[in-house]
Amino acid sequence: MIGQLIVEGLAIGACYGLMAIGVVIIYKTSEVVNFAQGEMAMFSTFIAYHILSYYHYPFWLALIITMVFAILLGMFIEFAFLRPAKEPTALGLIVITLGAEMLLMGLAGWKWGAEQKYFEIPMSFNVTHEPIKGVIISDWAIGVFVIAAILMTLLYLFFKYTRVGVAMKATQQNKNAAKIMGVRVERMFSLAWGLSSLMGAIAAMFFASRATLDPNFMMEPFLRAFAAAVLGGLMSIPGVLIGGGLLGLIENFFGYVWPEWKPIVAFLVIVLVLCVRPSGLFAKHYIKKV
Amino acid sequence: MLKVKNIETWYDLIRALHGISFEVKEGDIVTLLGSNGAGKTTTLKSIMQILEDNDQPEKGFIEFLGERIDRKDTEEIVRMGISYVPEGREVFPELTVLENLQMGAYTRKDRREIKKDIEDVFRHFPILRERQKQEAGYMSGGEQQMLAIGRALMSRPKLLMLDEPSLGLSPLLTKQIFNIIRDINKGGVTILLVEQNVNMALKYADFAFLMESGRIVRADKPEVLLEDEDVKRFYLGIDTEETTADGYRKAQSSKRYRRKVRFR
Repeated sequence: MIGQLIVEGLAIGACYGLMAIGVVIIYKTSEVVNFAQGEMAMFSTFIAYHILSYYHYPFWLALIITMVFAILLGMFIEFAFLRPAKEPTALGLIVITLGAEMLLMGLAGWKWGAEQKYFEIPMSFNVTHEPIKGVIISDWAIGVFVIAAILMTLLYLFFKYTRVGVAMKATQQNKNAAKIMGVRVERMFSLAWGLSSLMGAIAAMFFASRATLDPNFMMEPFLRAFAAAVLGGLMSIPGVLIGGGLLGLIENFFGYVWPEWKPIVAFLVIVLVLCVRPSGLFAKHYIKKV
Repeated sequence: MLKVKNIETWYDLIRALHGISFEVKEGDIVTLLGSNGAGKTTTLKSIMQILEDNDQPEKGFIEFLGERIDRKDTEEIVRMGISYVPEGREVFPELTVLENLQMGAYTRKDRREIKKDIEDVFRHFPILRERQKQEAGYMSGGEQQMLAIGRALMSRPKLLMLDEPSLGLSPLLTKQIFNIIRDINKGGVTILLVEQNVNMALKYADFAFLMESGRIVRADKPEVLLEDEDVKRFYLGIDTEETTADGYRKAQSSKRYRRKVRFR
């Protein structure tokens, strides 16, 4: 039973982690907490749904189109909503992302309606394996693990070895200095939004195939992912993945013992973490020297 | 090489630069001197186009290698060959030394040459070679300053602008940094140096401009300025009266009235 809980918890945790990485990428680059993250992902998932159910394209083609769309959507939101903000404050920018969230939710409701839809990916929740006795693992969970591992590796390589990746990190750490080096800072922001939207869209497709698809469906997963991000310190990508895993485990074990309390445990975790270690469990701090 | 003509820079409603003009000749070490708030850093930022307001400087023009750069993007200015070491180093704290140096070469694509230039930087600053895998945030102030200069050299600048390289460094380390700056200059890089450490800057410079509240008030060779009574008094703190205890007391009591002498 415990093995089962761990596998399930880690799978859902990896999903939170993917979603949370999106939050972290944007937070690190521009110090904005993007509350539209969930709805951006929801919108991209609806695009996938639309392509699949109206044009009947094969899933992988729909996936590629959706990924491209997700990147463009993220870039567009940065360009259209955040960049025009004159002398922005952190709070002002957060409110802008909240506005974008409402807008996307409204748009999705208008285009596809509020009823719950069935969204299917090739990695089904219902096909299960039992590699060890008593531990049942579904195709869905395997898919989550594999995709999360691939994306993490790609992100790691991107931030470590590519010129643009290093420039993005540099922009995160010191915007002015990056500018002096000849980095076009705005491009880095728009790239961060694109990347983050992409991560979100992939996570959202997993969430949608587990539950149902409707304009509100990313609300809760996003808040949980946000809790995972806070747990990981909002700053480091591996930290966030660990945060996601931890949250998934806590939630699953907690839910097993007291099922009726399961939905709130994530938020309890946010509050506790913020009280005890306001900068998160894995945050690093540099003191600026003069 | 660099020609600044009558520029005025405003921070909202405050005029920080009241029409500054100066010229930097190729191959020289030119220094801009002045006390806090004189507008030295603002001048460099105006040249580099990194002020918050993109429409600055409001008046006047800046010419580099015969081309106007006062409305160009920072990226283009870097590509044209100006490099800037900001006040307080501003290294990337969570990048390694090597990555910091690679960031300095962001505008370049020639990988092999970049590698060679990194070696060059390591020759100037051997300590950086030892630290190349370390994150820059954990280094000492002096090492960070060396890294900041090394990083600025990575774009192969024709003109290197340094903003207070001696800030927060011990006298010995300051001397070391200045010697390296001189070496870099001998290697063919023109240098524009902003300093509060007037004594040190005058020793190394070929030409100096004195700034006071947004204006340039003196321009001369360092030999002349070092002998100048007013410069001695206000910038070097050398005062014959103050060398004895009696004279010091007298000087203290009369200090309030001394600023009557102004350069203008």
